[in-house]
Amino acid sequence: MEPAKIDLTINTDLVRTILTGFVRSEITRVGFERAVIGLSGGLDSALSCFLAAEALGPENVLAVRMPYRTSAQDSLEHAQMVIDALGVRSLTVPISEMADPLFERFPDISSMRRGNVMARLRMIVLYDQSEAFKGLVVGTSNKTEMLLGYTTLFGDSACALNPLGDLYKTQVRQLARAVGVPEAIIAKPPSADLWVGQTDEGELGFTYAEVDRLLYLLIDERYQPQECVAVGFEVAFVEAVVERVRRFHFKRVMPPIAKLSNRTIGYDFLYSRDWGT
Amino acid sequence: MKINLALAQINTRLGDVQANLEKHLALIDQARRDGADLLVFPELSLTGYALQDLAAAVALRAEPENPVFDRLLHASRDLDLVVGFVDEDRRHRFYIASAYLSGGKVCHVHHKVYLPTYGLFDEGRFFAWGEAVRAFDTRFGRVGLLICEDFWHASPPYLLWLDGAELLIFTSSSPGRGLSEEPQLESARWVEHINRAYASLFTAFVAHANRVGYEDGLHFWGGSTLFDPNGALLARGPFDEEAVTMCEVDLSQLHHTRTRLPLLRDERTALVRRELERISQSQVVNERGAV
Repeated sequence: MEPAKIDLTINTDLVRTILTGFVRSEITRVGFERAVIGLSGGLDSALSCFLAAEALGPENVLAVRMPYRTSAQDSLEHAQMVIDALGVRSLTVPISEMADPLFERFPDISSMRRGNVMARLRMIVLYDQSEAFKGLVVGTSNKTEMLLGYTTLFGDSACALNPLGDLYKTQVRQLARAVGVPEAIIAKPPSADLWVGQTDEGELGFTYAEVDRLLYLLIDERYQPQECVAVGFEVAFVEAVVERVRRFHFKRVMPPIAKLSNRTIGYDFLYSRDWGT
Repeated sequence: MKINLALAQINTRLGDVQANLEKHLALIDQARRDGADLLVFPELSLTGYALQDLAAAVALRAEPENPVFDRLLHASRDLDLVVGFVDEDRRHRFYIASAYLSGGKVCHVHHKVYLPTYGLFDEGRFFAWGEAVRAFDTRFGRVGLLICEDFWHASPPYLLWLDGAELLIFTSSSPGRGLSEEPQLESARWVEHINRAYASLFTAFVAHANRVGYEDGLHFWGGSTLFDPNGALLARGPFDEEAVTMCEVDLSQLHHTRTRLPLLRDERTALVRRELERISQSQVVNERGAV
């Protein structure tokens, strides 16, 4: 029923070359040599760390582990596997002591709020280390979670450059395997690990394998939603995904500036980020 | 006649003409020592690609009074050059341009005639559309210049062929895109296919210089190529690395190929013109909704 052309297979050698070149170029052209990465123990940050280490040399990469009291022990151990495999520099900065006073002030705080606070505290730690280590923060968000808005604004989405942002989760997994990310990390269920037992796929209500195929048709192949239904995707699934992509678009763009003058940042003051480099 | 043709697939500094000029001059010196007769730089090689509002600030005029071109013209006295830049005309229109320099003179300036303004491209917002596709004579024979999107359309190479070009020189700042299992991106494979096709269809040499490096998230893939009039690959630059790829070109291959395969001789330009006029007329009618 589904068209044969949904093929998310990538040439991992080619992508590896392009992405390590990208990390090297975007960091060195602005006068830096180093990168800072928050290492969660999950797949995306592990892969970003592997790419950064290859691009810059392991001595120029600082991997930061930032556990909260409830973080899974697995997460810490898996992050350590990455650090040991690559020989990158590392640091562990627990965020419990920072988060708990805020949580205590709001006893009925929801899981969502707690998760967002943790993600933003980790951002603070990473950007502080960015200055201390003189390295740029390398992001770890992939195309799937960016499109679905499955990310905390100014939290895990905050970074100086984002090597994985045009790879679906399915493709992240392929590339991770090719560059040697430990199999235990590749095989476990993806989780933001913001509360005990949380999994991405449980929270989203569908699997990455399913949604990546649908997103590929909607985004890359520019299918209309009804065309996706016609090739076999369930109506409710298509509608839910289309609505998520629309509803969370605000997380993917800069905040709008009210235009007043003849030349306004973002509308008619247009320069590449790499201006002059 | 045999010439050494060199393709310089360089990285550039975005908006820093002086830094890019110094890189050009260093590579020209090296190419001269290596015996190159013609050195081709990519699209916008003096400025970088994603210029946006920098376009006016980096614009030049290809004339000896311009200090950048003064040095390039001086360097072209014993080595022909193709360089990419933003050309500002007398009425302050800005064009994506390539100049062919030889013997200290500007032989030809081509203004890009197709400005992609779709998908990731926004050239039509910042640049004026070129209005001419003309071949010109050089000391190595008749040459045609085109820039990137110009040769994604079949008509500019076709016009240059009819105008006598024996060597088509294409330049690009082509952002790579299109992932699959293939070892190169879809865009890279597409460009190489059509360049081979043009060489075969037009029984001409087709040289393509494509830049490398990154601008923001855009990635330029290099892989410059040279095809002979049989469509055979004579040289290919590496992917994703700066390089000068030089190749000896035996121009007598034109004689051999065109004797065997007289496609140019048999091309029916009058028929093409008649049919184009008819099609143009019918399109006018169609657009008025009269059909």
